[in-house]
Formats: sequence, structure tokens, C-alpha cells
Amino acid sequence: MTGPLSSVDRPASYIGKSVPRPNAKRLLAGRGRYVDDVRLPRLAHVAFLRCPYAHARLKSLDTAAAARMPGVIRVVTAKDLAGRYTPWVGTLTHFKGMKSAPQHPLVAERATWQGEPVAAVVAESRALAEDAVAQIDIVWEELPPLIDMHAALAPGAAPLHAELGDNLCFTRTIDAGTVDAAFAGADCVVEESYSFARHTGVCPEPRSILADFDPAAGSLTVYYSSQAPHMMKEIFARHFQLPESAVRVICNDVGGSYGIKIHVYPDEMTTVAIALLLGRPIKFIADRLESFVSDIHAREHRITARMALANDGTIAALAIDDVTGIGPYSTYPRTSVVEGNQVVGLVGSWYRCRNYRAQLKVAFQTKPPTTQYRAVGHPIATAVTEALVDRAAIALGLDPAELRRRNLVPDDAYPWTTASGLKFEKLSQQASLEKLLKLMDYDGLRREQAALRARGVHRGIGLACFVELTNPGPAFYGVGGAPISSQDGCTIRLDPGGSVTCATGVTEQGQGTETMVAQIVASTLGVALDEVRVVTGDTERTPYGGGTWASRGCGIGGEAALQGALALKTNILVLAGAMLQADPAALDLEGGWVVDRVDGNRRIGLDEVGRAAYFRGDTLPPGVQPELVATRHYMPRQFPFAFTNGVQASYLELDAETGFVKLLKHWVVEDCGRIVNPLLVEEQIRGGVVQGIGGALFEECIYDERGQLLNGTLADYLVPMAGDVPDIVVEHIETPTAESALGAKGAGEAGTGGAPAAILNAVNDALTPFKVRVTEMPVTPRRVLAALGRA
Amino acid sequence: MSETVTIRLTVNGTAVERDVQPRLNLVDFLRDELGLTGTHWSCEHGACGACTVRVDGDIVRGCLVFAVQLDGASIETIEGLTESGALAGLQAAFHARNAVQCGFCTAGMLLTADTLLRRDPNPRRETIRAALSANYCRCTGYHAIVDAVADAARERAKRA
Repeated sequence: MTGPLSSVDRPASYIGKSVPRPNAKRLLAGRGRYVDDVRLPRLAHVAFLRCPYAHARLKSLDTAAAARMPGVIRVVTAKDLAGRYTPWVGTLTHFKGMKSAPQHPLVAERATWQGEPVAAVVAESRALAEDAVAQIDIVWEELPPLIDMHAALAPGAAPLHAELGDNLCFTRTIDAGTVDAAFAGADCVVEESYSFARHTGVCPEPRSILADFDPAAGSLTVYYSSQAPHMMKEIFARHFQLPESAVRVICNDVGGSYGIKIHVYPDEMTTVAIALLLGRPIKFIADRLESFVSDIHAREHRITARMALANDGTIAALAIDDVTGIGPYSTYPRTSVVEGNQVVGLVGSWYRCRNYRAQLKVAFQTKPPTTQYRAVGHPIATAVTEALVDRAAIALGLDPAELRRRNLVPDDAYPWTTASGLKFEKLSQQASLEKLLKLMDYDGLRREQAALRARGVHRGIGLACFVELTNPGPAFYGVGGAPISSQDGCTIRLDPGGSVTCATGVTEQGQGTETMVAQIVASTLGVALDEVRVVTGDTERTPYGGGTWASRGCGIGGEAALQGALALKTNILVLAGAMLQADPAALDLEGGWVVDRVDGNRRIGLDEVGRAAYFRGDTLPPGVQPELVATRHYMPRQFPFAFTNGVQASYLELDAETGFVKLLKHWVVEDCGRIVNPLLVEEQIRGGVVQGIGGALFEECIYDERGQLLNGTLADYLVPMAGDVPDIVVEHIETPTAESALGAKGAGEAGTGGAPAAILNAVNDALTPFKVRVTEMPVTPRRVLAALGRA
Repeated sequence: MSETVTIRLTVNGTAVERDVQPRLNLVDFLRDELGLTGTHWSCEHGACGACTVRVDGDIVRGCLVFAVQLDGASIETIEGLTESGALAGLQAAFHARNAVQCGFCTAGMLLTADTLLRRDPNPRRETIRAALSANYCRCTGYHAIVDAVADAARERAKRA
């Protein structure tokens, strides 16, 4: 590896080491502190009445009986909140022409999805609040639902929001190169349509919020299960017209988020509004049933795709048409068009093809809002691209690995700008593919597959190359007007006894942020890992930052930690130099000591430096002012994103009688730049792969024609369990980004981005002898049997 | 709903007496009455295992049991099993393998794994996967958890 990294490459460095997470011990002992574990005096609980219809007008709402129920403190409806907040609109200015309607905490006149909150009961306990919800007398007039996104976009379709004129939220067209000519002159054209079902995040800890308003102090404190405390502080201040300084958001432990806990939800805004109204702490914990109809959903896409190729396998052109349904509102503040936007931006981008056309249409409908969920757009873009490549391989009689080999952007071709305009600084796609094929013994597996096929055993091998967008800069959201920070800060302090306290803007969702920061800081300051304490998730105690999203914690937060630690190191050495009458440049930090840079001789302990600075300033030379705290911020600006790359493979067995798929093994080779902690990166990849497997084989929010969710419990909505998934082998290539000194890119979403494509291809590979293909996700046994004509 | 029933039981070795409503289930009892917040709500349908606790030596889903059913019972939760050291080997193995991310499923996962190892001290990998299929984890992808349980089994065998 190359780069100006002396402080992180030292022999005693923790960088690149698989150290376990110190903070995991608390969680293993049952000592986590999630929102529902926080108990405050005068705490009251909220339960919501939600609309039971996909689309309905509120005719009457009588809360008198509910208000008389035991333990009820207040019943709150839209009327009670009028004038106490400003509505929000999920649009961003850089998505030209996008539109959405204002959204409110509670339904005043018309509900637009099954699950939209209408009234809130505040009571002494959640159980009492639910008792009272059942006593609310409400009359609805059911209105025609708008379920199918193509129907929503059909000419003459009634607009869901009359003021918007139609149901088209956003559209984008890309037309690069000479697509028509390439198709006209192609040796081979393949075309296929794909459908991706809605699914959702199913966080083990449901959405949770505890809002506490102290009218005397004028301060709002929000204990929150969130990925982005600083963003939500800004949003609460903005929409409840509070001074920014009056709002504090605290995220202790978060029981899974995956993109679910970074959006503005009406029930959570209502909870804050009630805390402000009543001047006491109010808790809302979504139960599992309401989570399924009120958490954001993701993915609902239908895509038609065409690929033109030459006989030698060169991809000559690609064209896709993507229609996606996002529910009745574009979600605030990130909008609901980013998934579709990323699909059309990413399709085919890892191949050399220069002729690319894409059209995206984003439709309103009466289902829960969809928006960013782990790997946003990547699973779809990868599945469409890679399924078409496999289809083309069959048409051309080429091996799927060989077809990829012939088309990947070469490893020596960077920097590279894709047909859709994405900029790749440096990727390792060819090396990754070759490493994967060797790792899985591709040729051996093909022989095994052939031998078994002869005996009627249908195994499939699926490959998926992909790129992942990480470390986003301000061009992603900030440029469009959202209060979303692409920068993060880290404050690092040397304490009197020689230990180190850091506060960082990036947050801990269990991915290991605190460990990653501690490794970087400990390595830079030459102290033991257990001497470093990292604080996250509190807007009053951490530097401003964006938090956890788009695989940015290590690449951005890690670089801020490195720069902060380097700055503190300079301050320490200046002070030590003054104390020792030595040139600071001749000193270094190692093993908790200030040492001579050249020979490593110990000169003075960090504890002695700390004590002198804080307690014995009288011993310091005149004019020396110790500064044993340093803050640095970092944001990427050279590239809009740091792209990573990888390749996955799935090996599975398909039972043609039942349609069941048994996953046998999964392999991943991925390149997220410099790896700070291989153990944590591998666990991000594996967890991500299994989330991708969920979308590929199991997970689907099934709606009937009236917009009713048919499988809204964890007994009905299938998620991958331990027995459903295989061992996952992960290996790495490291191509650091040159934009930062650390060189790290993101790894949080690569698993989810690539796995569905690998599995879809493996299923279709297993189906090859039957000459049928599956093009709908999730690939359920029913869909396999339907493809086989046996349903 | 105001009528209560008096129950007397043992929780983590301590005798407990409470007047509880018949509708109060075990998870709320542990969390709200006793402050044992290491046991979590998640699916509320007996499908995910986040609320797994030990009752009279067997693991049960806390969300599917009412407190009034437990008069005379002995309950052990993650807090008590941690303090007694009963799960120490599994906890160390989970820590070493990073078989815990957000931590919300972890208590249930540990109790289920412990039950498996007491029944089958040397489980095959597929057996571990089958046993853990009672518990939902969204973060890890299970591979590290399976590794950790296998490691803990080897350690227990060494000590035996």
C-alpha cells in the first residue's frame, strides 16, 4: 500500500487489525440502553389511531369517550396541533421538476395510506392508551385507492393530490452516446422485464422516540432511535419553531436502523408536538404491527431493460425504463426519488459501454411512503444489469464470467466517467472478479454443477459485479436544500491521566463506529485502545455531523478522527517539547509515552504531560499555553462520491418439484479502500448480504387491490433466519481513495447491493435446463413454479 | 382491567411478590415492574425470539406468557445469567467474533444458544443454524453467531 500514512502504518497501529468492539460487552450483558429503556419522571405514553383504509375521507371524529377512559391524559387530533408546527415537503431543488404535497403530523381531512396516523392518545401506560384508542368514535368515507403505479401514471388518472395536477412525482431521462445506432447495428439484442416487490427494514428495535419538553427551561430533549441526531435537531427546531440551541437529540443504543431511522415520520413528529403541548416527557414505541404499515418501505420497481452486444460479447448499448411507486408523499427530508435516481445512474456503470439510455418515472400511490433503505437503488440496478448480462451470455453462448471479464472497466482505465456521468476515482473490478473466481473455484463448481445436473440435481451459480456509492459529498443532499450534513467532526482530548476522550459526529448503530474511531485515534496518539473513550449520538456533546447513512462512517468520520488526532498529537508534542526543552519534531508518541522519534527512547509519560497541563501550569515555561484538545472536520469535495466495487457469487440448489431454493454458499470480494478493522468490515458485508437475500428470496409487503397489507406481522412477512442462509466467504482488495489521508471508503451497503443479483442469476442458472427464467423478486417458490408452468 | 392477582416467584434468584393485572405479559412484567430492560420487545408474535427468557430451566418467549401464569416459577434473564457467569463462555465467543452488532436480539440469541449447548454439547454447524432459527437478527447475517456458538462449544468441551 502507498500513501502518506506513517502514523497509521506503524507497527503498533491498530489500523487493519481485527479488534473486537469494546462497547459490545455492554450489549452482551443485557446492559444496552435503547429508547424504551429510558424512564423519566411524569413519563406518559402515546398510542395512535391509524387509518384502516388506503384512501379515505375523515367524516367525523369523536374523542369524548376515549378521553374519559382510565389513565388517559389527553386525546390529540389534528385540530389540537394546528398552528403548532409547520408542515414539511419532501422535495429537493436539484431534482428538477420534482413535486410533492405538504405532509402533517396527523390526518385532518383525508388519509392516503393504510396506517397513516389520525389521532393520538396520551396515557399513563401504553396499554391504557391503546384501550382508549379503541374508544375513539371515527367515521370514514372510503375513497378509490391508487395501488398500481402504472395505473397512477396512466393518462386521465385522478391525481392523488389535486394541487399537483397528476401523479408523477419526478421523471429523469438519460441519453448518452448513440443508443439507437448501437441497437440497430448490434449482433445480438436481449430484452427482459423485471419486477421488484416492496419490502421494509424490520428493525429489531422498532422506531422509538421519547420527547421531553421543559417549559421552564424552554428546552426540548429527544431520546431517539435514529441515525442522524444533528439532522433531526435541525428539523425539530425548524418545524416546531424552536431556537436551534433549545433542542437536544440523544441517541443511546440503536437497535438496528438500516436506513429506516433517518426519515421524518408523522407519528414521531406528533410525539414531539405532544411533548411541547403538555410540557412533560412523552414516549412512542412503534409496535410491530404498526411498524409494518408506518415504517418506510422500499424498492417497488418495474423495469424493462435491453442490451445490445457484438458477437465477441462487447456490450454496445443499454437501455432501461424504470417505473417506481413511492406512496402518497415524497419522504422528508431526503425525498423518495433517490432510489430511482440511483437505479438509472448506476445501471451498467461498471461496464465500458458508452451508449446508455434510461427513463425514470416516480409515481404517487396510496401505500406507505417508500424511500432510502440500505443500499438505495443498488440492489435493483445490479440485478437488472447482471441478469441481462447472464441472459446475453446465454444468447451468445459465452460463459457468464467471461462475458463480464470482456466488459468491465479495466483496472488501469481510471479515473473513469460513466455514461450516466458518475465519476470513479479508482476501482479494482478486474482483480476482484479474478480473485472471486479463484476463491470459489468457479471452474470446479461448473464441473460439479454439470455432473449433478446429469443426475437431475439442479444447482445454479450466479455472479454479480457491482459498484457502491459511498462517502457522499455535499452534492448528494445539501445542494438541494436539505439540512443534511456531508461533513463530520471529531473532538479529541487528552485527559490528565493520559487517557483520551473523543466525541464524533458519526453515530453508532452497532456497525462499530466507536471502535473504528478509537482504533484510528489510539494508533495516531500511540496509546492503548482501552485508553480511548468515544462519545457518539448526542447533539450537545458531539461535533456537528451527518451520522450514519450512505456508507460514510469510516470514510468521513474516520478521516475527521485521524485529522483531529494528528492535530492533538502536534499540540502534545509542542507542550512536551517545551517541558523537555526539545524540538517537537524530534519527538513522537508511542505506548503512552512521548519518545524520541529516532530511537524510541521514552522521555515523558502522557500522564505527566496531562498533569502538568491541567494541574501544574506553574511548572511550565512562560508563554506556554497547553491545548490538549483538538477538533477537525472533514468532507469529501474532490469527488461527489467515493465509489467502491466488488463481486459476489451465489451457489444454490433448486427443487423443481417444490420451487424451493436452498442456498449453499455465498462469496464476496469487495474493495472498500483502506480497511481499519477487517472483522467489522466482514460483518458489515455478511449482514448486508443476508439483507439482500431477504429481498431476493423472502421479503415482500403484499397488498391487495384495496391497498390492504396482507402480511403485516413477523409471522407472515418472511425474513431470513439462520437456517435459511449459507456461510458467506468474504475477501478484500484494498484500493484506498487518494482524497483522504486515511483512504477508507464505505462498506455498509455492498452486501445488500450485490446479493440479490447473484441469487437471481443463480436461480436462473439452475433453471437453464428448463429454458425458463424468473424475473420477479422475491423469488418465491410460487414464482419459481409459475415459471416452470407448475403453479 | 384494574383487578389484580398476587404472584410470588423467583427472578434471578430473588424472591419477588407483585400484584399484577391478568393481561400483563412477562416482558412488560420484567421491564416495567422489575426494571430488567435487557429483555426486549420486538415482534410481539412469538416469531423473533428477542424476548427469550428462561422459566424453570426452559427458554420461553416472554411475549407469549402472562405474568399471572408464573406464580411459583423461577425466571432467569440476561441480567441474572450474566451475573452468575452461566453465559460467560458464549458472551466471550460472541465478543471475539463480533457476533453482536446492534445488540437488540443478543440476549435472546445467547439464551437460545445456551439451551442448544446444554442439549447438544458438540453441535454440527447445521444444527446450530437450525437451533438459532428461532431468533431473528437483522445485522450480522448469522455467520458470526454460528461461529461464536461453535467456538463456545469447543471451549466448554475443553473445560469439561
